[in-house]
Amino acid sequence: MGLDFSVVPQYLDIILLGCAWTIGITVAAAVLSFFGGIIFAVIALYAHWAIRQPFRLIAWVFMGTPLLLQLFLIYFGLVQIGIDLPAFIAGIIGLGLHFAVYNSELIQTAILSVDKGQMEAARTVGLSRSQALRKVVIPQAVRAVIPPIGNNMIALLKDSALVSVIGVSELTLSAQRVIGRTYRPFEFYLMAAAFYYVINLGMEWVLRKIERRISISR
Amino acid sequence: MDIDLMLKVYPFFIEAAWVTILLSVLTAILGLTCGALGAAARLSRFALVRFVGAAYVSVFRGTPALIQLFILYFGGPQIGIQLDAFEAGVIGLGINAGAYMTETIRGAIISIDKGQREAARTLGLSQWQAMYKIILPQAARLMVRPLGVNLNMLIKATALVAAISVIELTYTAQRYIGSTYKPFEMFLLAGILYMIIIYVTGRGVAWLDRKVQIN
Repeated sequence: MGLDFSVVPQYLDIILLGCAWTIGITVAAAVLSFFGGIIFAVIALYAHWAIRQPFRLIAWVFMGTPLLLQLFLIYFGLVQIGIDLPAFIAGIIGLGLHFAVYNSELIQTAILSVDKGQMEAARTVGLSRSQALRKVVIPQAVRAVIPPIGNNMIALLKDSALVSVIGVSELTLSAQRVIGRTYRPFEFYLMAAAFYYVINLGMEWVLRKIERRISISR
Repeated sequence: MDIDLMLKVYPFFIEAAWVTILLSVLTAILGLTCGALGAAARLSRFALVRFVGAAYVSVFRGTPALIQLFILYFGGPQIGIQLDAFEAGVIGLGINAGAYMTETIRGAIISIDKGQREAARTLGLSQWQAMYKIILPQAARLMVRPLGVNLNMLIKATALVAAISVIELTYTAQRYIGSTYKPFEMFLLAGILYMIIIYVTGRGVAWLDRKVQIN
């Protein structure tokens, strides 16, 4: 069986719908992982040790095991404890939490590298500790790690393909469905790869814009 | 937590962990080979070769590894490439990891001071001699740690071959989750084994890194 790309256009709408889902899931999970990363970083650095230590252990486990395995845990685990979420929500939660842990590592380092004087000055002008963190320290820390967080978001886009395995109809599963009808895996997976590549380029462009806007020009 | 069940099924997980280890080792060897070739291509004197190297990195890092595996395994037969799932897994993941390693190796090489090469050339060493005797030995020291990060990612990426039914750790966990409805216990079993593999590898990389550092 050779290659025949003539069947591709007739299924383009299914593939494009898959692209829309991939973009939606990626953006939702990226937002979750960004804010989750900040919250996780604060917990890992400042929470009471009885919370902090188990939390660090869980974060360590999440960094040492494959995302695919974690997706199975979250998807089937939630069902087991009686929470029956749609697959795409489970996918967003799984992707978001996984990358939140990685973002948190970056943000923790950044928070620790913000000059101590910033916190002291904020406290001196009458801000409480949590206000000083929220309004002075964290904004500076996050700004410093926007580029590496951007790299994590690119990785997130590519890893979003994994949620096809728990049945989310994003780009990869859409391609699989079309292949089920046409028996043309090479053509449609190649096409899916091309769309991922284009989305990737678009995302890099958006991230560059954000970086430029956020970086302080001195 | 169902400890009895975990005790009953853990031998199957151990067996699967060996498959994951074998996959990781073979993938790492292929990845390093592709990475070395890729880096050589990206640093070539010839623009066309540089372009091929850059395209390799861009395409394989710009698309999901899962899709690359699917193209190779399911699409391969259409263009005359018949591989079983394990072979497709090693080749697909190896070429993918090679794209990341290309950048690591290239990064280490270009971070060596230009003066080193110039001095070597001045002393009468050829282009190749300068590379092999002066630049690479220095760059190799810088590579160990970032290649260790690549290796860590690669081990976790071997889970993807579960999607083409290679019976490794993640596939085994998935199968037992499906048959026992105990996702947490199965995750714990597979997770502990992954952590052991990653921990031991990490220690190995740290040891090697200490070994190659001067002082």
